[in-house]
Amino acid sequence: MPNYNLTVNGKAFTVEAAADTPLLWVLRDHLNLVGTKYGCGIGQCGSCTVHVDGEARRSCLTPVASVENVKIITIEGLSEDGSHPVQVAWKKADVPQCGYCQAGQIMTAVSFLKENPTPSNEEIRRAMQGNICRCAAYNRIEKAVAMASEKIT
Amino acid sequence: MTSTRREFVKQLGFVGIGFSLMGTACFGSEEKHYQAVNDDFSSPDRINGWLRVLEDGRVLILTGKIELGQGIRTAVTQVAAEELNTNPDLVEVNLAETGVTVNEGYTAGSRSIETSAMSIRNAAAAAREKLLRLASEEWGIPLKELRLEDGIISAGNRKITLYELLKGRQLNEDIGDSHAILGKTTRKYVGQPIPRKDISDMVNGSHEYVQDLRFSNMVHARIIRPDSYTSGLQSLDESGLEDLPGFLKLVRIGSFLGVIAEEEYQAIKISWEVNDRATWRGGKELPMGVPLKEHLKTLRVDTKTEEAEGDWETAIREAPIQHAAAYFKPYIMHAANGPSCAVAYFQKGELEVWTHSQGVYPLRETLANLLELPEGSIHVKGVPGSGCYGHNGADDVAAEAALLAVEYPERHVRLQWMRDEEHRWEPYGTAMIMELEAGLNRDGKIEGWKYELWSDGHSSRPNGRPETLLPARYLDRGYGVPGPGFRGGATRNSKPYYTLGSLHTRSHIFEGPVRRSALRALGAFANVFAIESFMDELAYKAGKDPVDFRIDHLDDVRAITCLQKVRNNSSGQRLKDREGMGYAFARYKNTASYFAVAAHVGVDEGGIVRVKKMWGVIDSGETINPDGLKNQTEGGMIQAASWALREEVKFDKEHITSRDWHTYPIFRFQEIPEVEVEVIDRVEEKPLGAGEAAQGPAAAAVINAIFNATGDRIRDLPVNPVEKYLR
Repeated sequence: MPNYNLTVNGKAFTVEAAADTPLLWVLRDHLNLVGTKYGCGIGQCGSCTVHVDGEARRSCLTPVASVENVKIITIEGLSEDGSHPVQVAWKKADVPQCGYCQAGQIMTAVSFLKENPTPSNEEIRRAMQGNICRCAAYNRIEKAVAMASEKIT
Repeated sequence: MTSTRREFVKQLGFVGIGFSLMGTACFGSEEKHYQAVNDDFSSPDRINGWLRVLEDGRVLILTGKIELGQGIRTAVTQVAAEELNTNPDLVEVNLAETGVTVNEGYTAGSRSIETSAMSIRNAAAAAREKLLRLASEEWGIPLKELRLEDGIISAGNRKITLYELLKGRQLNEDIGDSHAILGKTTRKYVGQPIPRKDISDMVNGSHEYVQDLRFSNMVHARIIRPDSYTSGLQSLDESGLEDLPGFLKLVRIGSFLGVIAEEEYQAIKISWEVNDRATWRGGKELPMGVPLKEHLKTLRVDTKTEEAEGDWETAIREAPIQHAAAYFKPYIMHAANGPSCAVAYFQKGELEVWTHSQGVYPLRETLANLLELPEGSIHVKGVPGSGCYGHNGADDVAAEAALLAVEYPERHVRLQWMRDEEHRWEPYGTAMIMELEAGLNRDGKIEGWKYELWSDGHSSRPNGRPETLLPARYLDRGYGVPGPGFRGGATRNSKPYYTLGSLHTRSHIFEGPVRRSALRALGAFANVFAIESFMDELAYKAGKDPVDFRIDHLDDVRAITCLQKVRNNSSGQRLKDREGMGYAFARYKNTASYFAVAAHVGVDEGGIVRVKKMWGVIDSGETINPDGLKNQTEGGMIQAASWALREEVKFDKEHITSRDWHTYPIFRFQEIPEVEVEVIDRVEEKPLGAGEAAQGPAAAAVINAIFNATGDRIRDLPVNPVEKYLR
């Protein structure tokens, strides 16, 4: 199996994996970064969202061979200590119930707020449409994104 | 296992604590992770069944319940912290684990606060009294001069930790009763919106789910599913499988097929290959061609009269206002966001299982029967998983992992279902039909009420029976299928909470075509949807305001208060064309939380219904954590609206065809209504289960609002099926 050089959360790694292996499984099984979750494997739920060069990307649909020489950030790399404004807002709004989807929600929100730091509620909802929360903590997610946007601007 | 670790765990009194104290678990395979070291570890009558004093100054709470996202870990922390006057940061919680925690059955029915938290409250209050008495005797200082705070007892300059006071022993005294409960008076932590400790870990990506457990040398597995529930394996060409990257083993027991590989994605790819090679026989039995509700009416039923009060027949026949209506609720699914998962490890006749099952002890008993192992050789540890809202694939996947581990011993076997397995193989919330008839007098009072329901049993939990577990039916051991299950689930809330002149309810229990088990609120969802829709219909028939009409039939002031508050909170909406307001109420199980709800909906030209806002008022008696209660209730309201508007399990002759989030759509962001929840905190009352209270009323309020908006009465769910969007 080929080797791939990855930069994840600012650190360089070399992993040996089949070329079609989705980044999701490389993160979870090779790098032990299990904060990124498997939800559907077909890009429908958003639980596996990570950043590739700052953009939100579904890691379940991203082959490892396509992400050499780019910067990958996972939920674990968003901040040292949970102090990213979006993480802080999430804690303040007491968002999660089971929490399984939340890493993906946060990663989508962070990348969206970078693009649009002062979104309307409608824009927040449109941006977050691809992330499912079965506990239906949606309103608190929306509130947390709005709170974080005030902190960022 | 190193002696240091053994010593460490001995100090705790047992070894089950592993995960929470050791950080991210990564044990060597050779280690045994648990060992009960005294006999009374799980006696519910003794303090140490629920509470341990740790050497480092913390207190360990043992709950027999599992965290499902409902915040039970925080709630039990709060009640214990309160009684011990100790900062919640000094309270650690061990979730359900066989041989370690009390056997509290299942984490189900919104009972965790009413049972586990109240036991822990009593145990902690007894511990406080006992510890203070001990210190008083030891120091010769009167009780009233002693103070317990943050795990330390003090009097003037004298101080002692609880651990020192107990000289390393635990409190094995009987809990007894009539302790002073600080949670009812002081309320320093109880009744406060204490943030959940696990939320920080969730936003950092470090919260530990069963899906995330990692053991050194762990291997990954996948199951290869038959074409349908009843098909059997006809043939499989196994040649060359061993050459696939990462391949370790193909497990084939009858028609049960699994693969084990070094890495997860390798296991997935091998399972695809095996799936392509396997051929299956039989299994084209699912009913097609007739609407499901017609089909269900053709099934053989077990009929029982549930309630009979007064001469309902005459009352209806002679009533000046008469009305009848029938309602239908399809199969809906739990649809956890994270597919079911378990880890199992088998070595020298002993099995360990890590699971998000709602009942570790019942699962252990059932695994013992399935695997023909003594119960004492099986250890089952509860680890939080993705929210399940009832009995989903958790027990099934644990049994599958266990079967594979026995075939592949001495390495931890991790099995997670794929998305389509979670959608197609979980046990669903059963379809139901509800038929109602009522007669009202000229004052608009209900004189006669007749209610009939058709339902499958609502629960097929393990309870020692291997046939309830999905893999059992493919082992070719003749276990058969589990039968209709728990009748009580079907009739939950089938008796209205209203005062009626006469009443007759009957249940008809069928055995439906697809797997089903407990889903949030069980039959209460469909029963309350039907009753509260019908109450709305009757109110309009009688020319009454729907909220007044309900209040006119209620005697319980707490119920009336909820309705009045929700009317006030939602009053003054400016309704546009094709917008309306709807209301509903129920007391969950007629004994748990009171919940009233209002919904504001809009209906577009294509008939698509959009819920704009929902208001809820909940009375759960004494509130342990108001924010947790609100969060659960908000989620329940929106989930119920999603069930009512969007959700329906579909199948063809052979397969469940609802296989992902496209074929089984649920609410996403742009469909979410605003929600507002008011909590009525009644300190003097018992705390009541709340996590399922919103489901039925929220659905009915939406349906009633649609009628208010358009004059169209919807009686069959879902309101917005996929086909509506294709028109």
